[in-house]
Amino acid sequence: MSQLLTSEEICQPENMVYHRTCLLTDAALSYCPGCGHGTAHRLIMETIEEMNLQADTIGVAPVGCSVLAYDFMDIDMQQAAHGRAPAVATGIKRLYPDKFVFTYQGDGDLAAIGTGETIHACNRGENITIFFVNNGIYGMTGGQMAPTTLPGMKTATSPFGRDTATMGYPLKITELIANLPGTYYVTRQAVHTPASVRKAKKAIEKAIQYQKLNKGLCFVEIVSNCNSGWKMTPLESNKWMEENMFPFYPLGDIKVPK
Amino acid sequence: MKDIRLMKGNEALAEGVIRAGCDGYFGYPITPQSEILEYLMANNTKERTGMIVLQAESEIASIHMVYGGAAAGKRVITSSSSPGISLMQEGISFMAGTELPCLLVNVVRGGPGLGTIQPSQSDYFQAVKGGGHGDYKMIVLAPASVQEMYDFAKLGFDLAFKHRIQVMILSDGAIGQMMEKVELDEQIPRLADAEIVKKYPWATTGKTPDRERNIITSLDLNPVKQEIINQNLQKKFKHIQETEVRFERFMCDDAEYLFVAYGSSARICQKAVMLGRARGIKVGLLRPITLFPFPTNELARLAKQVKGMQAIEMSAGQMVEDVRLSVNGAVPVEHYGRLGGIIPAPDEVLNVLEQNFIHSKKEKRYEPATY
Ligand SMILES: Cc1ncc(C[n+]2csc(CCOP(=O)(O)OP(=O)(O)O)c2C)c(N)n1
Ligand code: SF4
Ligand SMILES: [Mg+2]
Repeated sequence: MSQLLTSEEICQPENMVYHRTCLLTDAALSYCPGCGHGTAHRLIMETIEEMNLQADTIGVAPVGCSVLAYDFMDIDMQQAAHGRAPAVATGIKRLYPDKFVFTYQGDGDLAAIGTGETIHACNRGENITIFFVNNGIYGMTGGQMAPTTLPGMKTATSPFGRDTATMGYPLKITELIANLPGTYYVTRQAVHTPASVRKAKKAIEKAIQYQKLNKGLCFVEIVSNCNSGWKMTPLESNKWMEENMFPFYPLGDIKVPK
Repeated sequence: MKDIRLMKGNEALAEGVIRAGCDGYFGYPITPQSEILEYLMANNTKERTGMIVLQAESEIASIHMVYGGAAAGKRVITSSSSPGISLMQEGISFMAGTELPCLLVNVVRGGPGLGTIQPSQSDYFQAVKGGGHGDYKMIVLAPASVQEMYDFAKLGFDLAFKHRIQVMILSDGAIGQMMEKVELDEQIPRLADAEIVKKYPWATTGKTPDRERNIITSLDLNPVKQEIINQNLQKKFKHIQETEVRFERFMCDDAEYLFVAYGSSARICQKAVMLGRARGIKVGLLRPITLFPFPTNELARLAKQVKGMQAIEMSAGQMVEDVRLSVNGAVPVEHYGRLGGIIPAPDEVLNVLEQNFIHSKKEKRYEPATY
């Protein structure tokens, strides 16, 4: 007889310290192993579960790696055209002011093709929450340059590195929208370590709670890795993110309610 | 007592939208239809019925706001004119792919490009044949009077929800800007949120424990499933073609020659029919009211009766293609159109019909003065 415990013996309620939130479905995540999208999904859904908001939530999925977010999030969701999620969310929220309405968007979606929709939803002070996963690259389409790609960073469409003279500078959209009077709470977080996950969770909680106060738009940026697009292992990508992304996109609150 | 008012076409449409129990309007100003947004704003719809009116930052944003509202089961609308409708094609295609009901209004102006603010019918292809990417159709209603601008708001919403389809009112600058008397109906109350949950079980209204989550998406990467989705869409369009055709016959019973025209052009042709009858010509008018579905069968029937059909459009010849497809060579079909915002006159179009079909073929065919 083996001394080792079987998985059935381990998986007992009294041994459970951490479990999947019931607001994530059974569907296997389509994300690359090591990618931050999955953690971001989990944190948002866990918070909605804890706040008991499932029946009041309408989410908007973008075009990008998270286009299938609705396969994983067990809530009512709409899939928006590339970049248009803030307009879609505006339409929902104006007609259902008591619902919790959020968008989940990548950097290409939010800060390139959808810049207009992003800025104007922020500027109107729409009472929606935007979760913005910034990985500095177009993950879904195979690692092309994004508006947030760092200077010198190599991508499929900047194979010799982003040359700011001809390709422009990375867009700090989060700082930009923090300047607009329509935004209420603007923060930049990460989800690659237990400590950053705990901080990001707090920020997500606030961004959801504030929506109930109808004070304006809440914006949570999550600086994340794209290990596939960056052509690194997950560990390398997190290290590279700390050394290169965080100095350019410093973590922390950018605008907090007075 | 009847509520009869003198109104502009665009204002009548806006009033019709409010009275049809609309929940939300999202739009961006453009001539010749800005009165719609202005009228709605001035009417304080929030207080009157609870209807939301929002000026968006662009037509792209407008149509995607409509998408969001429609996907949550609300009666929503946007309006614009030609350049703005071009910008909306992305969103319209997404609504086709998700089968979302909505009302769209195009008060057409001349193109291409910025073109002119004068009336035109040059967006027929865009409205009737799809417009955006993918295999889809919308129901297209063509009003020919201010009363119809008003009536088609309610009709449009009803058809949109009956078939879960986008309905476009294809008007033009002349109908939008002219004033006529309009008879108004009683206000239809907006649906309460609880009624929407019951009536539209597909809508994203928040997942409750008694049902699965609702997802509105046009994406399916499995080609077998995607083909079925497309085949089902085509079935719906076929059903609409079989059941929703609307048209008006004017002096067709004994007609030997037929005008075919919609919207403003039909108004002109109606006058031309009277002129022709005074000259002893047995001429009639078939006015398509739905451009999709097109009155194909009615035209095929009339092709057995008349000697020739004269399509009149303020375009270089768009609807005429559907007329020719309908009659399938059974009878000669001619096109005459004015472009760039010029509205043809009744005697002008009657002369064209006479030249094309009645006068001896040896005579010089009618040439328009300016083109
Ligand atoms: C109108 C349109 N243009 C381009 C595309 C192709 N496309 C799909 S996802 C994407 C970029 C997504 O990048 P990002 O928003 O950063 O998301 P990520 O995949 O990195 O999470 C592009 C360009 C599209 N789907 N639609
Ligand atoms: S491509 Fe990048 S962003 Fe997309 S799932 Fe993979 S690692 Fe994540
Ligand atoms: Mg990205």
